[in-house]
Amino acid sequence: MTCFSTPLAGYLLLAALLFAIGLAGALTRRNAILVLIGIELMLNAANLNFIAFWRFGPHPEALTGLMFAVFSIAVAAAEAAVGLGLVIQIHRHLKTADLDQINRMKG
Amino acid sequence: MSPVFVVLAALTVAGSIAAMTLRNLVHCALAVAVAFAGLAMLFLQLGAEFVGFVQILVYVGAVAILVVFAILLTRATEDSKAGAVFSRTWLSGLVIAAAVFAALGWAVLRSMQGLARGAEQPEVTVQQIGEALMSRFVLPLEIVALLLTAALVGAVIVAMFDREGAR
Repeated sequence: MTCFSTPLAGYLLLAALLFAIGLAGALTRRNAILVLIGIELMLNAANLNFIAFWRFGPHPEALTGLMFAVFSIAVAAAEAAVGLGLVIQIHRHLKTADLDQINRMKG
Repeated sequence: MSPVFVVLAALTVAGSIAAMTLRNLVHCALAVAVAFAGLAMLFLQLGAEFVGFVQILVYVGAVAILVVFAILLTRATEDSKAGAVFSRTWLSGLVIAAAVFAALGWAVLRSMQGLARGAEQPEVTVQQIGEALMSRFVLPLEIVALLLTAALVGAVIVAMFDREGAR
């Protein structure tokens, strides 16, 4: 446990890397579904931060970080459902999910 | 760094990079499922068993299936071989992401000595979590229930009607 334990900074750096990968995907991919997946990756990186701070924080018995992660997962699931429904509807209207071609909100 | 952490971190990062760069959308969905599973195992390794299993149920189970369904429903008219994978403005997006990572990494590394040292593994049972959900966190729990109901109804209504208003 002493020489093999990972410090908090390791988890934080991993979460930062995942966030950056998700952000890069959300900003650069052309397909709307992949943009949503990038947003999910960013939310997951934030969850990893919550859990890591809960684990290494001074009061893990208060369960705050854990609870925040659970609620964050629930909100992210709702967001994914609504987002994918919107993508399906946009595809039905405009016959494409390519964000470079979707340039108007009027149906 | 424990070897378990290194392996899980490599798996998660590889899965997310593959999900964001592969051309075939179904491959992307499978890669992101791998990344979610790696994150779930990281949660388990951190001692948050409940959140780890919730992550497996919600992300590897539900969200990955939802993404696969959305891909199959929207792919019919797409020509997967034609066209670029990345947007025209990919360079600026990449620069922004790299700048964000640099800022976050700089902040983490700079505050390293101020960060908490590894305390002993906290013992949290599911019973404790359930009691906390029913007492201290009962209001957020109810709000999340309302949010999930609204999202369910909203997603069905958004995806139900087509252009002519027919179902």
